Amino acid sequence: MATVKLSFSPAPVHVRTARLVGVAVARRAGVREDLLDEVRLAIGEACTRAVALHRQYGLHDPVLVEMSDSGAYSVRVVDRAPIEAGIGLAALPPDELAKESLSEDALTTGVGFALLAGFVEDLQVRPVDEGIGTEVRMVWPVGR
Amino acid sequence: MELSLATRTVGEHTVLEVGGEVDVYTAPRLRERLLELIDGGTRRVVVDLGRVDFLDSTGLGVLVGALKRLRSADGSFALVCDKEPLLKIFRITALDQVFPLHPTVDAAISADPTGASA
Repeated sequence: MATVKLSFSPAPVHVRTARLVGVAVARRAGVREDLLDEVRLAIGEACTRAVALHRQYGLHDPVLVEMSDSGAYSVRVVDRAPIEAGIGLAALPPDELAKESLSEDALTTGVGFALLAGFVEDLQVRPVDEGIGTEVRMVWPVGR
Repeated sequence: MELSLATRTVGEHTVLEVGGEVDVYTAPRLRERLLELIDGGTRRVVVDLGRVDFLDSTGLGVLVGALKRLRSADGSFALVCDKEPLLKIFRITALDQVFPLHPTVDAAISADPTGASA
């Protein structure tokens, strides 16, 4: 069961709130202090991705963030966008990043995914069990 | 902490000092400021990230956008960053191979191949 649940309307202004809550719960759960910057960045990236998808598809549904500290610290960020939009993202190689033809949105998406994959050892992106959408699940060890 | 932006001129270079958090909410303001500078004729830009305490993919996208614009206008663009957590972000995304990254503003200006410094 989630320790803390947060749902927010898909607006960029709320992503910071999600980051702050996510780090506060991580600290309380016992995640090592030197990992907290990575937790903050990863939760931010996952929420930014969800907000971008909801805006792209004109969805007003809230983005859901669930944080749980049973055993390890796990965070689920759930969006409600069509599944094909959310899965199969890949990090971009450096020679692609600076290409004129690559749009800023595509670059941001690729870079965001590279950050998630780079900072979260235990990362899953998968369809939600019920309904439409994907969940980004991230797990960090707790140091107790 | 909210985003802060300040510009100063060092010789032929414009230094944009960025502070606070650059994320999906604040990055549009950074984009606007960079576009103002470039559209106003500035061609040698150094972005000093020394006081940035959070930078996400949206902010990185804005910086790459500015780099591309200046490159196509025969200008120059460099970043100043000496904080390990931020440098790690550049390494993980491979953007350390895209941006000229320097530890100080002086180093960024003296390394600029497009023109003389002050």
